[in-house]
Amino acid sequence: MAARFPSTIAAWRQALEAKPRHNLPSLLANLASAIDRCNPGLNCYIDWDGGEVQKALGGIDPEPRPGAGPLEGVPIGIKDVLNVKDQPCHCASRILEGYISPYDATVVARLRRAGAIPLGRLNMDEFAMGSTNENSAYGPVRNPWNKDHVAGGSSGGAAAAVAAGVAVAALGTDTGGSIRQPAAFCGCVGLKPSYGRVSRYGLTAFASSLDQVGPVTRTVADAATLLQCIAGRDPLDTTSLDVPVPDYTAALGSELGGLKLGLPAEYFADGVDPEVTRAVRAAIDECRRLGAEIIEVQLPHTRYAVATYYIIATAEASANLARFDGVRYGARVAGQDPLDSYQRTRATYFGPEVKRRIILGTYVLSSGYHDAYYLRAQKVRTLIRQDFERVFDQCDALLTPVAPTTAYRLGERIDDPLQMYLGDIFTVTANLAGICGLSVPCGFSTTGLPIGLQILGPALREATILQIGHAYEQATNWSAQHPPHGREAIQS
Amino acid sequence: MNAPVTYKVSIGLETHVQLRTRSKIWCTCPNRFGRPPNTDVCPVCLGYPGTMPVLNAAAVKQTVCAGLLLGCTINYRSKFDRKSYFYPDMPKNYQISQYDQPLCTGGAVTIEVDDQPRTIRIQRIHLEEDVAKNVHFADVSGVDFNRAGTPLMEIVSEPDIESADEAFAYLQALKQMLVYGGITDGNLEEGNIRCDINCSVRPVGQQELGTKTEIKNMNTFKGVHRSLTYEIQRQIDVLQAGGRITQETRRWDDERGVTSAMRSKEYAHDYRYFPEPDLVPVVLEESPLETWRAALPEMPAQRRARFVADLGLPPYDAEVLVADKAVADFFEAALAAGAAPKPASNWVMTELLRALGEKEWTLAEARITPENLARLLQLLEEGQINTPAAKTIFSACFEQGGDPVAIMQAKGLSQVSDEGALTAWVDAAIAAHPKSVADYQGGKPAALQFLMGQVMRASRGKANPPKVLAALKAKLDA
Amino acid sequence: MDVRYVAHLARLSLTDEEAGLFQGQLQHVLDYVQELSPLNVADVEPTAHALPLQNVFRADEAAPGLPHEQVMANAPQARNGLFMVPRILE
Ligand SMILES: [Mg+2]
Ligand SMILES: [Zn+2]
Repeated sequence: MAARFPSTIAAWRQALEAKPRHNLPSLLANLASAIDRCNPGLNCYIDWDGGEVQKALGGIDPEPRPGAGPLEGVPIGIKDVLNVKDQPCHCASRILEGYISPYDATVVARLRRAGAIPLGRLNMDEFAMGSTNENSAYGPVRNPWNKDHVAGGSSGGAAAAVAAGVAVAALGTDTGGSIRQPAAFCGCVGLKPSYGRVSRYGLTAFASSLDQVGPVTRTVADAATLLQCIAGRDPLDTTSLDVPVPDYTAALGSELGGLKLGLPAEYFADGVDPEVTRAVRAAIDECRRLGAEIIEVQLPHTRYAVATYYIIATAEASANLARFDGVRYGARVAGQDPLDSYQRTRATYFGPEVKRRIILGTYVLSSGYHDAYYLRAQKVRTLIRQDFERVFDQCDALLTPVAPTTAYRLGERIDDPLQMYLGDIFTVTANLAGICGLSVPCGFSTTGLPIGLQILGPALREATILQIGHAYEQATNWSAQHPPHGREAIQS
Repeated sequence: MNAPVTYKVSIGLETHVQLRTRSKIWCTCPNRFGRPPNTDVCPVCLGYPGTMPVLNAAAVKQTVCAGLLLGCTINYRSKFDRKSYFYPDMPKNYQISQYDQPLCTGGAVTIEVDDQPRTIRIQRIHLEEDVAKNVHFADVSGVDFNRAGTPLMEIVSEPDIESADEAFAYLQALKQMLVYGGITDGNLEEGNIRCDINCSVRPVGQQELGTKTEIKNMNTFKGVHRSLTYEIQRQIDVLQAGGRITQETRRWDDERGVTSAMRSKEYAHDYRYFPEPDLVPVVLEESPLETWRAALPEMPAQRRARFVADLGLPPYDAEVLVADKAVADFFEAALAAGAAPKPASNWVMTELLRALGEKEWTLAEARITPENLARLLQLLEEGQINTPAAKTIFSACFEQGGDPVAIMQAKGLSQVSDEGALTAWVDAAIAAHPKSVADYQGGKPAALQFLMGQVMRASRGKANPPKVLAALKAKLDA
Repeated sequence: MDVRYVAHLARLSLTDEEAGLFQGQLQHVLDYVQELSPLNVADVEPTAHALPLQNVFRADEAAPGLPHEQVMANAPQARNGLFMVPRILE
């Protein structure tokens, strides 16, 4: 049996603190060999060749630094949409072939400051556009619980790697559910922080008013640790909030007494897989048992969320992706004039879902249609925000399913974009409203696929949802399960 | 027979002014001209994936100050928008600009053409980013992004300008005010001010404006004047021949002196404006605005009035001196260094401006300092040098720089007032020219001038003329 | 939606096959998005940011940019320190 290594931040730190001088190189080497063995089947890392581990090992000072950060010596997987200095940042697109980033995203710089080792480029849907990770130019990520199923998206590589135990923890990004949904599909923890809580500088923008970076981890405590390290104002992102960062770990406990949790009726309507409803209902009962008061609430504009989201997100994306033209970096196809070259470059190197969204976003902003689509969506966004403001006057957080179903079969929805978009109904609302949301495992379908519980909290109340998620996690056993295509299975 | 139709011209100018900040508008790259290509660039101004703009406070302040100078309404709430179009000089393929909530609206510029004062209304002033610079080669074009992200203020006039002369005067007045305000260097050669022209003509009596054409990217005021002169006549010719004006963008060919339609794009522009999600709104409170207003520098009109009232200069002098802020500053610095207003004004207006014109230099290129001029005038006043010597010293200061006293000594230009030397020269002149002496004493005053000339020549210009005259008269009248 | 026209605005050339496919798929999405039409939003303020932020500035201080070599290393085509593009026609 191959040497084992800890699969959480907390355990990794413990192992290091026991024998720092000896353990770090061997821990990293074990991780690398686990990735070597799992990645061909799961495809969670892009261009994995282990070179990064060698590089990381070369740069490691085995002596523990005095005043070491909370992530000292911990490798953290990075979604391919985040810039890491001197590394490629493909965004799972061919259009960024050849691009080497000259800078660290702020979240990456903060990880380094905390002592972490950014490790690997985690697969994703191209430019974070997708809910299955099938829109990657580097191939789909497979679900470690069942390789015929998707890992979810767009942070599918992050969720699959963490669930499979081939990443200790990871940074993903969430524009409409891209952290929470793959975490639910793969059976790990995913946190979308409130808009403005974490800097977006260095996150290749999909939809700037919705994007947020967040942790994908095995435990809620790890999510709290990671958020602690990356949260807070960044002078390079003027939309990051200048408010104090609370001690997220200190908020974690095992009781939920005194908390009032709301169940939005619209999230338990028809169309949700009965197995999902059953698991989430059971989780709600568990929270009640832990002391929370459960109430029914209404979010009446929920039914408009998907339409609103796909108008706003694609509109912003159409501008954000205009910069990929083959002039300053990335791939290029020559042409007779710049226009011709742009058209060929973009036609050749963008994948179909990216093209669809660019076209949709361009259309909803174009002359004659701007008010009917884009402006109207911005106004409905206000109504959706107001729904949440009203509801959070009545309760501390909301409990909902993360997605209406468990992980789709590969290829199941790829030809029907609208069906794919509709699956985002329970996650896009948090991005539109700018609030925070946590996905924690809450059970399995009869076919053995994970189900996620979503805990939504008011803006900047990450401590509350982490507290709820942690108490629930401690009271249940879901996080301790290991997938059949993960590291444990292969190593044993 | 019908009277010939006469035409009324309506011109609106969109003037882009580069702001004088230390850093670019969204990033900390230096805002400067003339560096090797692509050396003042960073991930932000190159539009790298993941980068975000951070608004430079000085760019906002300068735009607002421009608005205050032009009498605009400063909008309480202002925001930024993305304006989408693809072009190689645009790093993100959208320009961050201001669409429906600019920093300033309203305002006016007063101009005078042929002694006719006219008011050109300003529609708005907004803040945006400049684009990169394209360099064209035979088969390819090259892009230099140093200029990309320079803060750019766009001043949009109403179509109140009625002739090429007025357009020229408007640009001059605008430039003068903005340079006075310290908002731009106003250096046309470096592209500090560039404008797009909208021009239409219509028969006198017709209410609605005629179809307009747009002439893009003019970077000299002279070019604006010439292109408008051409374009106005072209439009009138088309209308008189019974034709119609096509709404289009035209390019000015400076060599041939004509405008021509630009290769028509397949589709019209559709800028797809929407609020810039990476920037938050600007909300201007009254109190900082008041502080900025109070600190506004003096404008040319005020300075002109002050020169007349406080320094006793003739209005003409004041007008000439303030026309160029640098010249007026030089003049005032000379006064501060001890020069008297009128002599300083005379020397600046005649010698300094003439020398600058001859060399085609800006004041910054000339070596002379205001202190040099003050010292020179002092030497003249004290009688240590005469006027020709002063001019010689001035030229030396102007071209090479240096202290006037040192130059005077080095060139041996100090005036001789010594009685002994003067007497010797005077005696020699009298002895050598008995006829002139006789003429003078016989009632011909012109002969005295001749004798003076002889003394000056003998002294090689160094004799103190009033003293020579006095000595001659003393001898001959005795 | 005229998919080809919109794709041109976005500088994307489409194959006939793509144009046909996208036309259908996007029309489907646009039909769905019509859900928003019956809502009365006349008096609703649009949300551009989900944030109550305003006036976030940077002091006007300059710092050197990236080393030129690093900038050009990412260029698909470069000459004499310039990024090369096909000849720009006006
Ligand atoms: Mg403009
Ligand atoms: Zn820069």
